[in-house]
Amino acid sequence: MDQLAEAIPYLGKRNPKAARWLVIIIALVAPIIAMMFGRTWVRILDFALLYMMLALGLNLVVGFAGLLDLGYIAFYAVGAYTWAFLASPHFGVHFPFWAVLPLGAGFAALAGIILGFPVLRLRGDYLAIVTLGFGEIVRIFMNNLNYPVNITNGPQGINALDSMNLFGWDLAKSLTIGDFQIHSLYFYYYFFLACVVGSIIFIQRLQISRVGRAWAAMRDDELAAKAIGINTRNLKLLAFSLGATFGGVAGGLFGSFQGFVSPESFSLMESIAVLTMVVFGGMGNIAGAVIGALILTALPEILRNIAVPVQETLFGHVILDPEVLRMLLLSLAMILMMLLRPGGLIPAHARYSRPELVGKGVRT
Amino acid sequence: METLLQQLLNGLVVGSVYALVALGYTMVYGILGLINFAHGEVLMVGALTALTVISTLMGIAPDTPPLLLLGVGLLAAMVVCMIVAFLMERLAYRKLRNAPRLAPLITAIGVSFLLQTLAMIVWGRNYHTFPQLISTTPMQPIEGVFINPIQITTIVASAVIMVGLVLLVTRTKLGRAMRATAENHRVASLMGVDVNKIIALTFVLGAALAAVAGVLFASNYGIAHYAMGFMPGLKAFTAAVLGGIGNLGGAMLGGIVLGLVEAVGAGYIEHLTFGFLNSSYQDIFAFVILGIVLIFRPTGLLGERVSDRA
Repeated sequence: MDQLAEAIPYLGKRNPKAARWLVIIIALVAPIIAMMFGRTWVRILDFALLYMMLALGLNLVVGFAGLLDLGYIAFYAVGAYTWAFLASPHFGVHFPFWAVLPLGAGFAALAGIILGFPVLRLRGDYLAIVTLGFGEIVRIFMNNLNYPVNITNGPQGINALDSMNLFGWDLAKSLTIGDFQIHSLYFYYYFFLACVVGSIIFIQRLQISRVGRAWAAMRDDELAAKAIGINTRNLKLLAFSLGATFGGVAGGLFGSFQGFVSPESFSLMESIAVLTMVVFGGMGNIAGAVIGALILTALPEILRNIAVPVQETLFGHVILDPEVLRMLLLSLAMILMMLLRPGGLIPAHARYSRPELVGKGVRT
Repeated sequence: METLLQQLLNGLVVGSVYALVALGYTMVYGILGLINFAHGEVLMVGALTALTVISTLMGIAPDTPPLLLLGVGLLAAMVVCMIVAFLMERLAYRKLRNAPRLAPLITAIGVSFLLQTLAMIVWGRNYHTFPQLISTTPMQPIEGVFINPIQITTIVASAVIMVGLVLLVTRTKLGRAMRATAENHRVASLMGVDVNKIIALTFVLGAALAAVAGVLFASNYGIAHYAMGFMPGLKAFTAAVLGGIGNLGGAMLGGIVLGLVEAVGAGYIEHLTFGFLNSSYQDIFAFVILGIVLIFRPTGLLGERVSDRA
């Protein structure tokens, strides 16, 4: 949060307190403003929050621990499919919200450890490709496990997932007080916002903890980290499983928010999209992940609303459809960011125990 | 028995295409230590370029002999792919040569998706029928085992190209410069090797091979579309790792072995798992092999270098 506030131009450095309040106010009123432009925009904000959670989780793995994971969306899928299995008419079971979400998170964490074990010894590029393979394997299984026993219902996916129900309060139902109606998208927004804020607080504490510092050491120099007695094996497994947990929770929320799941939502492109958000915002930086997710979820939608009519008036038909524009945007963001500003939009800076001494010839 | 022979034959055909693509990966890796993630997309660009050129020519001059058509299409594909690879190296990778390791890899992923998107813009999302200019009428050299001329062409063409490449790398001055650059950029440049030129050439050479592979691949399956490069690219990478990345002979061996394992595996998986898994799981083999090789023998079958750089 402080990082986010600090990142606001001008205000952030001069008046951190005001900047912080500004962030809070923006976060709170965003859906109300978005509603003025139409319901879709609130929905997009809801999705942006889910992507923020994903980006925060991936940032843990890539940014903090330095393990490039290209199969991250698999954990999202595990969370979403857990929800679909345990709370939908597909198997006819309807577990309550508070049982399914932790289970999904747990399964995702387990998947993280399962992936983590064999790839412990791999580094850098090899790790990236193997995790990519893992993501693809999960997707292939989701696509094909409808035969001979129908488990995932194949490419059609699973429909009619239960909605979120917090203590008897169904988030999917709009609330009417007198003649004033509060749309259910608002409930989702504030609930997801609470989840994201919770994640941010957790990750922030984690980053400055012993574990977080050990991750940073491992990321910067694995050999040196080992030499000073850091157990890199356990830390890697922890990074994978913790990152996966966030993916699993986000996946569960996604499944019930959207109401259906299908393998299509968990393609490699989505893994890459989340990675782009982390890279674009700034690897190893909480504020970066949040901003990256927000911009890269909202921008394609804004483009969709601008580019399509513009193309129609200019050429009479749509040349670049929105999906193409999104891919174009993501891939260019990734390449240009690496070439021009490798640290991302909000570069992470090293933390010092006594920042006032930095640059004064005193080694901290 | 016939099934096994048939699957081995199919594996050999696919494997030689993998081997051609794997060579591109391995050459670039050998010289830069970079996994050029976008290499598979070069294959796709090659196939689609050839498709466009061939169908245009067919429209203009319908009586052109099919072999000439294929030759012109192939040539065009190679040229376009070489340009694409050259631009890729020049615009995206060169600046990142000394960057931290994650940066070039992330860029490569970006380039890969950029190429896919551009192809989607140029050629659309649809599957295109690739003209089968070499006959696909199957022959039966052994009872129950089928092979068609395009499959034979694929195997022969790949073999010829691979021999040519090995000769180029081991016998010519250019090849020596490439090997020197792979050994050590700095010392090579002190010996009068233009390192930048050699690196660009390596990319271009790899792209030419990928173009051939793309045309052969599309001719075999009769289709081409914007996302066709991803899977062969990934599998070729697996092949390169399997053989020992950075090693030319390894890439060829890895490609063939992977093709064989995949084909035989796909043929028998249903029996082996008592009908639970079927041939739609074919793509899993490559990933499983990749995982196993990296865990138990990261240097690959023929590699000797310690994979500490990777």
